[in-house]
Amino acid sequence: MLRNRILAVENLFAGYGETEILHDINIEVAGHEIVSIIGPNGAGKSTVMKAILGILNINRGSIFLESKQITGVKPSDVVKLGVGYVPQTDNVFVSLTVQENLEMGAWTLRSGLENKFDEMYTLFPDLSDKRFQAAGQLSGGQRQMVAMAKALMLDAKILLLDEPTAGLSPKFRHEIFSTIQRINESGMPILMVEQNAKQALQISHRGYVLVDGSNRHTGTGIGLSSDPEVARMFLGSRGSV
Amino acid sequence: MWESFGFEFINFYFIPGLVLGCIYALGAIGITLTFGILRFANFSHGEIMMTSSYLTWEFIMIFTSLGILAHPLIGAIPASICAILLALFVDRFFYKPFRNAPTIMIVIASFGMMLIIRSMVQVIWGPNQLTFVKGIAKPNAYIRDLTASFDFMLLIPNKHFSILIGTVLIMLLFNYLLSSTKIGKGMRAVSDNPDLAKVSGIDVENIIKATWIVGGFCAAAAGVFLAMDTQFIESTMGFRMLLPMFAAAILGGIGRPFGAVAGGLIIGLAEELSAYPWFGDGPVISPGYKSGVAFSIMVLMLIIKPSGLFKGKVF
Repeated sequence: MLRNRILAVENLFAGYGETEILHDINIEVAGHEIVSIIGPNGAGKSTVMKAILGILNINRGSIFLESKQITGVKPSDVVKLGVGYVPQTDNVFVSLTVQENLEMGAWTLRSGLENKFDEMYTLFPDLSDKRFQAAGQLSGGQRQMVAMAKALMLDAKILLLDEPTAGLSPKFRHEIFSTIQRINESGMPILMVEQNAKQALQISHRGYVLVDGSNRHTGTGIGLSSDPEVARMFLGSRGSV
Repeated sequence: MWESFGFEFINFYFIPGLVLGCIYALGAIGITLTFGILRFANFSHGEIMMTSSYLTWEFIMIFTSLGILAHPLIGAIPASICAILLALFVDRFFYKPFRNAPTIMIVIASFGMMLIIRSMVQVIWGPNQLTFVKGIAKPNAYIRDLTASFDFMLLIPNKHFSILIGTVLIMLLFNYLLSSTKIGKGMRAVSDNPDLAKVSGIDVENIIKATWIVGGFCAAAAGVFLAMDTQFIESTMGFRMLLPMFAAAILGGIGRPFGAVAGGLIIGLAEELSAYPWFGDGPVISPGYKSGVAFSIMVLMLIIKPSGLFKGKVF
């Protein structure tokens, strides 16, 4: 077990209805870490995220947030307990302004909303002049920033990102990855699922490789990206990222 | 010009159209909110309207028996509270159990509620029409004389004046609620993306309760305004309103409250103005076919632009 463990998925078996997708998954995230889950399409990467959030059926296994068991807790409560989650698509309220989006992220916050806004506009300076603009009018990269800021509004203990760079141009992809590093440097542990395996591993402290809903490899970000088998499995076949 | 065209057009077609449009708009708000937030077509919405007009009638009777001469709008206050409680009760016991079931189940449940509520009203108050307000509505003398001195005489009965002012006030309140309060922003967020709302920590059940309160209040207002306008109430009045209200919600774009308001005004005006003698002497469309106008607009909109005028949802 890791020291200073924030999130742990232990021997998890889960899926949609009758179909089991995850078989015996183990994942841990320690404070101040960036951890990536990579793997081919259909490996169950996003399913792990949904299981942590309580969106789908868990057949066996447990999920812990710090020392608290959160297995089977409903999504809105998981969020209140301190798991910030950014879904892959449709992750902002398009008809609400940037600031209203942030406010929705802070639904259960009782006071200090203004301070939180300031904190987010410092962390994401690009959003500062767009605060009264509808989120639907922003570019893909900026929307991703709104989604992340929204998830960070409730003093999250950990941030879960589901393919944060999917569908973005290389320039924006680079920007998102450096934003993720910046959020992490402010003290936020991050667990992300990524298609752009090479770039994700480069900024990650550790990584997990999932194949067919099971753990295949585990290692440091650098270690995994230079592992010949991992490289052959995805990195090489996708070409240079 | 005013004498030949404007006087008749404004007073006998445009103003009644506007009044009817206000009533449709208030009703359509509830329809579009439930559609946006709970994702189903609520057939029982018209019955909440109808019930609140009966309750208003009942409260006026009670006030009168106590020796207080009450205006319908006074009776409407306790009636709208009852209507809101009815809407919350129906949701808790008849719709909530179907929250995660396929949409068609809750639609059918609402159809059932429509029949149940109407029958209950018929059991309590009888199947016949009741007189809501007695007498002929005379135009407001002050407005008539004031406008006559500027050479365009407006004949607005007090009841129409109250309905127009009442609707404007409710709309302002509603606008404030949606744009400036946390619960209102939450309603817009859930309507925008319910899945994201859940994983953002928004308490969706509370939002649903707020939706019934707002929708129930607007339905009560629409019901009372309709009763004030037609001066009688009957158990099928809610059902008759259902088609134009749905047409208004679709025209404005499902899930868009201000679209529903615009849609309601357009449908109301279109129904009244279709009876204006635009060509020749007779009405263009016989007033008997008024509801066909709303239906045609709805069908046309669904064919040409199903997302409505203000980019609503398409299911």
